[in-house]
Amino acid sequence: MNDWLHLTPQEWDAVHISLKVAFWGTLCTLPFGIALAFLLSRGRFPGRAWLDALVHLPLVMPPVVTGYVLLILLGRKGVIGSFLADHFGIVFSFRWTGAALASAIMGLPLMVRAIRLSFDAVHRRHEEAAATLGASPILVFFTVSLPLAWPGVIAGAILCFAKALGEFGATITFVSAIPGETETISAAIFAALQTPGAEDTVWRLALVSIVISFAALLAAQAMTRRNRSRAGGI
Amino acid sequence: MLTLRLHRAARHGLIPIDVTIATARESVALSGPSGAGKTTILKMVAGLETPNDGHISINGRILFDSQSNINMPAWQRQIGFVFQDHRLFPHLNVKNNIGYGRIMSRLRRDTPHEDRIIEMLAIGSLLNRDVDDLSGGEKQRVAIARALIAKPQLLLLDEPMSSLDEARKQEIAPYLRRLAQEGVPMLYVSHDLDEIAALTGCVVNVAKGHAQLIETA
Repeated sequence: MNDWLHLTPQEWDAVHISLKVAFWGTLCTLPFGIALAFLLSRGRFPGRAWLDALVHLPLVMPPVVTGYVLLILLGRKGVIGSFLADHFGIVFSFRWTGAALASAIMGLPLMVRAIRLSFDAVHRRHEEAAATLGASPILVFFTVSLPLAWPGVIAGAILCFAKALGEFGATITFVSAIPGETETISAAIFAALQTPGAEDTVWRLALVSIVISFAALLAAQAMTRRNRSRAGGI
Repeated sequence: MLTLRLHRAARHGLIPIDVTIATARESVALSGPSGAGKTTILKMVAGLETPNDGHISINGRILFDSQSNINMPAWQRQIGFVFQDHRLFPHLNVKNNIGYGRIMSRLRRDTPHEDRIIEMLAIGSLLNRDVDDLSGGEKQRVAIARALIAKPQLLLLDEPMSSLDEARKQEIAPYLRRLAQEGVPMLYVSHDLDEIAALTGCVVNVAKGHAQLIETA
């Protein structure tokens, strides 16, 4: 009776690939997300508005365009892609690593926004106090700014993870949807929708997707609340 | 020997600063009305604000000199700053707050020195507490301890006792006085002339960003 709830091996593959892509995409984005957020929060430099716009571009640009740009730049014959493949043997196109890269770029704006808000909430007076106690700027960052912004970092990472999990347009354009390699939950649902009689697959994968996304958002909200109350107490 | 020549032109609604202090005294107090520029002077000495031109040196160690293009960053100045607001780190407990300066300055642990400060400021029972759980007075005592444990060359105090009750002021004042006697130079800001008188005999009046004290002896 409950057989329709059991995922088939191919559906499990899609779930596994989605989680793998979202996890690695988020993890690899994190250092860049933190650096960009800190730069945009604290930095005063020419071109800051341009950098801000560039980071947020994937949020407003059609995902298919992002995927196409990735294909042009990092595809097997792309400007950067061919260099990476020829010299380092690194290939992104039609690999799950390419899906992770596409997801990471799509999730980056959400991550940077959350972390940047968190850095904005860290009072500079704490950083000043740390400097008078002998902490160099790099130590101030690692011992004061980053720990105080940490809940925002977690929230940003979770938002990026959730975004990466649901990413479709950029991923399918860049790495296609190869079952067992690049077919994520979203791509599998899309494929099932095109197949007559595959409604059960759609339902099962949609349910899994909703559960994972909901859990990620709840975790992000909890972290944001904690961050806000902490920032208010400073 | 403390030498300060600070000049900052008026800009963006900020008052101009024109200060000349040259003294062999260990402790000097700055007094004056709110908005006179006392805190700005301390921030310039600490390296948190930069004067347009001037010179800052302590016992011959030059921290800032516009002519020689010297502007030592705040973290290298070895200057302790007790702020009006405590500025304790909320993510660290009391013990880690007071040990922060020693670790950042890579100082060897001096347990008797730390114990003496902890005892004098009566914060021994607070060491494992979170900063958020402390009262205002307790927070300021911890902030004073945090600055002192880092063994600064000059201690800047920006109305540090304004949030303390009378009993705590009486308790802390002798320790601050003893610090001055031990040769830790202090630059002390306060509205309270009685408080200043208890700590140092040298008071420089700051009015509209202007202050002058020249003692060659």
